[in-house]
Order: sequence, then structure tokens, then C-alpha cells
Amino acid sequence: MYGLGIVKGMGVVLRHFVQSYVDDLKWAGKGGRYYNEEALMVRQGPMGQGIKTVFYPEEKLPMPERFRFVPFLVTDDPPPGQRWGHDWCTSCGICAKACPPQCIWIERGKQPNGRPKPEPEKFFIDIDICMNCGYCAEFCPFDAIKMDHDYELASYDRRTAHIHDKERLSKPLSYWREIAPKKAEAEDLARQMAEAAKTKKKDKDGEAREARLAEVVTRQLYYQGARY
Amino acid sequence: MSTPTTKTASLPLAQLTPEMAKLQEKFGADALVAAPYDGLLLNDPAKLLDVARYCRDELDYNMLANATAVDYAKEGYIEVVHQMQRVPGGGSPITLKVRVPRGDAVAPTEPIPSLVSVYPGAEFQEREAYDMYGLHFQNHPDLRRILTWDGFNGHPLRKDWKEPFFEEEYKPFGSRWPDGGNVMRVEEHNPYGKNVQYPPGWLPTGDEYDVETDVYLGLSYSRDTTPGLKTDRVTVNLGPQHPSTHGVFRMVVTLDGETVVDLKPVMGYLHRNHEQIGERNTFNMNMPYTDRLDYLSSMSNNLGYAITIEKLFDLTVPERAEWIRILMVELTRICNHLWALGFLLNDLGALQTPMLYFYLERELILDFFESTAGARLLCNYMRFGGLAYDLPDDVRGTETLKFLEELIYNRLPKVLDQGDDLITGNEIVRARAIGVGILTPEDAIALSTAGPLLRASGVPYDIRRAEPYSYYEHLDFDVAVRYNGDIYDRYLIRMDEMRQSLRILEQVLPHLRRTAGGPIISGKPEYAFRAPRTGASYGRVENPKGELGYYVTAKRRGGNPERYHVRAPSFINLTALGPMSRGHKIADVVAILGSIDIVLGEVDR
Repeated sequence: MYGLGIVKGMGVVLRHFVQSYVDDLKWAGKGGRYYNEEALMVRQGPMGQGIKTVFYPEEKLPMPERFRFVPFLVTDDPPPGQRWGHDWCTSCGICAKACPPQCIWIERGKQPNGRPKPEPEKFFIDIDICMNCGYCAEFCPFDAIKMDHDYELASYDRRTAHIHDKERLSKPLSYWREIAPKKAEAEDLARQMAEAAKTKKKDKDGEAREARLAEVVTRQLYYQGARY
Repeated sequence: MSTPTTKTASLPLAQLTPEMAKLQEKFGADALVAAPYDGLLLNDPAKLLDVARYCRDELDYNMLANATAVDYAKEGYIEVVHQMQRVPGGGSPITLKVRVPRGDAVAPTEPIPSLVSVYPGAEFQEREAYDMYGLHFQNHPDLRRILTWDGFNGHPLRKDWKEPFFEEEYKPFGSRWPDGGNVMRVEEHNPYGKNVQYPPGWLPTGDEYDVETDVYLGLSYSRDTTPGLKTDRVTVNLGPQHPSTHGVFRMVVTLDGETVVDLKPVMGYLHRNHEQIGERNTFNMNMPYTDRLDYLSSMSNNLGYAITIEKLFDLTVPERAEWIRILMVELTRICNHLWALGFLLNDLGALQTPMLYFYLERELILDFFESTAGARLLCNYMRFGGLAYDLPDDVRGTETLKFLEELIYNRLPKVLDQGDDLITGNEIVRARAIGVGILTPEDAIALSTAGPLLRASGVPYDIRRAEPYSYYEHLDFDVAVRYNGDIYDRYLIRMDEMRQSLRILEQVLPHLRRTAGGPIISGKPEYAFRAPRTGASYGRVENPKGELGYYVTAKRRGGNPERYHVRAPSFINLTALGPMSRGHKIADVVAILGSIDIVLGEVDR
């Protein structure tokens, strides 16, 4: 019958219309559907029904650990009373060489005798041309540069505000552990393993070390599946 | 015309396939010789048309898959590369090369015959080669610049052409490390107003109307002489800023009343010379740039590039990585088709409703991409020899495989059924779409179309079956095909393809479970690959929009591709837009464009 297709389509629209209210009722007793962390996760998950909208900025989607935005530099947690910890960066330049749009500028530190010091004197990232590809973090052998989760970088003047210097880029290790706990833990383990392999030759009393190593290896293997 | 001589004797020559041998037998071993690395080299450009005609008519290589050029500046010639393929049928394409002396940087080269008379699909590709290399194609119906504008000086893909803010030939640039203290923004190197060069004699302040006239030259314009009401034909510009053009794309249309008499697409508003950037980049750096071609299906773009480079570098891919690749690519196909259909319906006047209903499920796929690769659209997920990361533990708080199961067995089939209820039977859609924008199978092949556009015209050609890559030969799925070649069939074929993708995904899931914990990349992740040998490689995949091909050449020990060409399906599918639109009403043109499904990031490159 002519017009049946349209009626059928209207049925779909009606179903969506009703569904957008059904979920409201379901959550009415549990703190409401909106502005509610728990409801947000369900709404956005694979079982989510009805309206999917997130009310930004009041509500924000949690970011997965691998989410990547403009990178930051990892430093040690600052000692009490001080603002900055020790840089992890050794200014080896791998991030600058791997960077596709070439937005990383590094000036390597110099010792008084003129030889290179494994520490960046200056470190800039031009966030205007950074393409958030994550290569710098992926290829850094010292876990010293990581992709950030802070995407709210709007500013009033792009001419002065969009080249981030070392001070702006540096963030303590505790911040990285906060935004990517599993990945940070896996990296810790990998570093421990490398350390253990280094001390292998020196270490005489085998047993405690063996046990420790075995534990590290198992946990490492567990993480390899996920490779954070 | 004399052929430029080169010392090719020391280079490894191509292995001849039976068809290539046949071709050589027909035209003589002097005229057609095996080219270095791949394909046949035609010594006398004047014979090009004969060879092409023989390929098409006798050997049945009836579609020109790819036409491009490579500049050998040191050797002093430009090599035009054509790839012909058999449709339907399969196997790898025949590569045919011709050389022309390159001349100086600005002037066009000596003429070589245009293939448009044999393969009409060469039209845009030859215009692109003319634009980028200054190749003078004889008897081309409309040899104008296509991606750059008329006021552009020089031919940007020639090796001696330099951009205004030229820093170094190859990345990484020396200024970044170890003395990168003098940070500078590119726009400071490149002050506004002083960064353009015009061709000699070309005045930017000249009569703007004159600048534009050659766009209109290709259009037929005539005064109506029939008795009765006197009417003129009108030329109308649709776009570049028009919501129906899906980006910055312009159609110059000649109208007789409301009927389209002639149509020319004008593009290049988003041109950034992807290929030139790609030749400055190292091999690895190109991966995130490929995301930006067809930004709706970045995973498939990654795969095409990875496959091309793996061919060139002889890398192997671990099993788990291959399964995850197929998972990603098929999810991307669904994602892309949901988007395409949403917009097609938008163009037909079903504003937003179907589009937003499709997006609910597309969001879930993007969430999965975000958890796995770290980004929703520009994933940058594949690496040479594998992947960047394994699957994550969980997606939005649900265990990954559970999430995928829910998606593949429940949500996605439901959204397709819902789409059927909503659209397939809708009388308005049927009235607008059936019988509009018909592309016959012969035209579809001749115009080098690919993907859903080709298959909706009744040509069952799919790279996944024609020249299988990855594990597609082990997977059980059908090549979707429809026979009417109108907008409605192009809608239906995308629905069919999504259902086939779901079939593939169902087969992939058990393999993901079985290979859990396996390696995902062969060898160590590397940032500075060096080509192990001099060579060329043409890799192609079935992208959601059609055949995506990469033509990459490299020098031994080189860290950068010497030539990096993208055979963009959206760009070449647009060749068919004019012929499809003729005779239809102007409102239908919008829908016809929507049914091709273009992404301007890929069209303009």
C-alpha cells in the first residue's frame, strides 16, 4: 500500500521518541539520568539506550588511558618546597626526529667544558602544528615524553600562547600515574626489569633476586597482552 | 622523438607476467621493454594509444586503475606510469611506463598522447599529472590545472620546485635538534602577502572575471533558437561553500531551466599537496598523514599505506595483527557507510533524523577506536609489520571482547534493520532515488570508478576478492552487487556491504580470542626505517569509498619515499559526476553527489 513505508519510518521515529523518556524514568530514583557519573557511563556504554548527549562542560566523558593530545614532559615528583623535579628527558632528540610535522624544538644542555649534557636546556612544542599522532611518546626510550589528556587549551592569543616551553610542558610523574595508571605501572615494571637485567652480573645472592625477577616477568607478560 | 637514455642496465628488471609477455610479443621487444622493478617501459610515446587500445580490447584490461608520473630530475626525464586492471576479473594490474624529457621547471614538457580517448577515466588523473608535473597531454579534452589554481607558478611535484617556506629537502630538519633553541613559527618564515609567486605575465590584480573564464570554457553554452518563449541557458555555481557539497567543493553547472546540461566539478580548495609533504617525510611520518586523506576511514588508509610499505620492505605481519587489522578495517567500513548514508539522506531532504539515528552506533565504534588507538578519527594505528597497540582491556568500562560482541551481534544488526524500516521502503526516498543518476556498467568501468559506485552498477569488483590482501582470502563473504546503477542502488549496496562486513567481523572474533597475547608487530618498533632496496610498490586496498592505492618508490638505504602517490577513490569517482548528472534536475545533482560519497580531504589532497 502506498505510504506504508513512511508510516513504518514514523514508527521508528516514535520508538526513538519514547525511548528517550524511558531511560529518564529508570534513572529517576538513582539520582537522575544527567549530571550523574554512573548514569553517564551506562548511557555511553554499549548498553546505552535513548539520548546519548553529554552536557559538556558540566559533564565530561572519561578519557581512555591511550587518549592522546599535545604531549608533556615527565619529571620526578618535585621535592617539598620546590616547583620542578628532575627532568627525565636526556635530550637525545628521538622525539624531534620522529615528529611528523616537526613541531618539537630541543636545545641540548652543555657542560661547562662544552660537551653535551643529557638534559634539555630548552624544549619547545608548537601546539599549533602538533598533530597529536603520539610518535614522540611511542618512541621515547626514557618514558620522558607522554601524551596528555588535557584538551582544553584554548587561549586568546595564538601568537604568544601556542609555543609551549619547558616550564609549561613539564608535569610530575604523579600526574602521569593519575591519568594513565595501568600504563604507568607497566612502564615501571619494564624499567625494573631492565634494571634487574643490568644488575644481574653483579648480584651474587641469587634467590631473592630470582624470585623478584620471576614476579616481574609474569606481571610483564600479563601487561604485554594489553601493552599499554 | 628520441627516448632519453639512462643507465638502467644495472637495475633489476621486472618479472614479466603472461599478459605482459603477450603485449611485448605484439609490439616487439624493442618497443616494449621490461622496466626496472615493475611494469613495461614503452620506448616510443607515440605508440601509447595503440598499446592502451590493445590492452583494453584484446587483453581485457579494461579499466585504468591509476595514472601518475614520477620525476627523475637527475636523469632528466619524467616517467608517466599507468596501471591497467581487468574488471571484473582480478589479479594484479599491468604497469605501463612512458618517459618524456622534463624540460625546465615551469614550462610544460613535450607532448605525449592522452589516454582519455581509450580510458575516459584518465581525464582527472591526467589533469592532475599536468598540474603537478607540467606534462602536456595531447588531445586531452580539458587540460587545465585541477588541484592548484590558475595563479600558481610552477609544477609542485617536480623535484626542483620549492615551497615558499622551504627549509630542507628531507625531514627531520636539522634546526630542531640539538640546537633547537631558536624556535620559530612557519608563518614567520612565510609572511602573508609575500609567500606567493605568480606565473610570468599573470596579474593577481587583473580582471577577476577573466581569471575565471577558463572554468566556463569547457561548458557548452548556446542560445536557444526554438520558437516560442525565449530562454537562455544559465551557468550556476554550486559551492564552494554549500552544505550539499560535503566540504569545500564546487560544481559549475549549465542549466536549461532546471535541467542540467553540463557539469564540471572544480576542486582543490583543500589542497595541501599531500604527496609533496609525503616526499619530504620519512616513511614512518607518512602514517599519521594518511589519516587525513579520507578522515572518516583513517584505519583503512593506514592499512593501505602499511601494506604498500610492507611490500617494499619485505616485512611480515604477525597473525594477531592481521586479525586486528581486519577487525578495524571492517568496523571502519560500517562507520563510513553509516555516515555516508546519513548524509545521502540529508541531501535528499531527510534532514538529520536518519543521520543521527545512525550516529548512535557509530559513536560506539569510535569509542572503541579511541580506547584502542587513542583517537576517534585520526587513529594512526597501523605500523609497518604490525600495529601500534594491542586491543585494550576495556572500552568504556566494558571488557573489550564483550563490547565487540555486543556491538557486532546486537547493536549494529539492529541499526541496519532500523535503517531498512526507516528508509528502504520510504516512498519519498524511492521516488527521489530510483532511476536517478544512472551509471551503466560500461561507463562505470570506462570512467575508472571504484567501490560501491562501481558495484552498484552491476560490476562485481572488490579488491578484497580481486587481489586479496591480509587474510581476506580465508574469510567467507560475498561481494555485494546491485544492477541498476541509480542512487537507490547505491544506497542499498552500502546496506549490503555493511551486512557483509558484519559477517566478516563475526568470523574475526574467535580468532581474536584464540590469538590473545600473541605478538602484534614483527621486529622492534622503529622510527627511522631505511628502504632495504631500490624499488617501487603499488599497494591497494578496498577502502569504504573504493580502491585506495599507494604508489611508492624508494632508493636503497633511503629514509624517505622518492615518490609517494595516492590513488584517491573519491577523486577519481568524481570523474563520473558530470556524465551521471546530465539530463537530471538540479536538485538531483545534490543527491547524485551524495551517493558518490566523497571526502574532500581525499579529493583535494
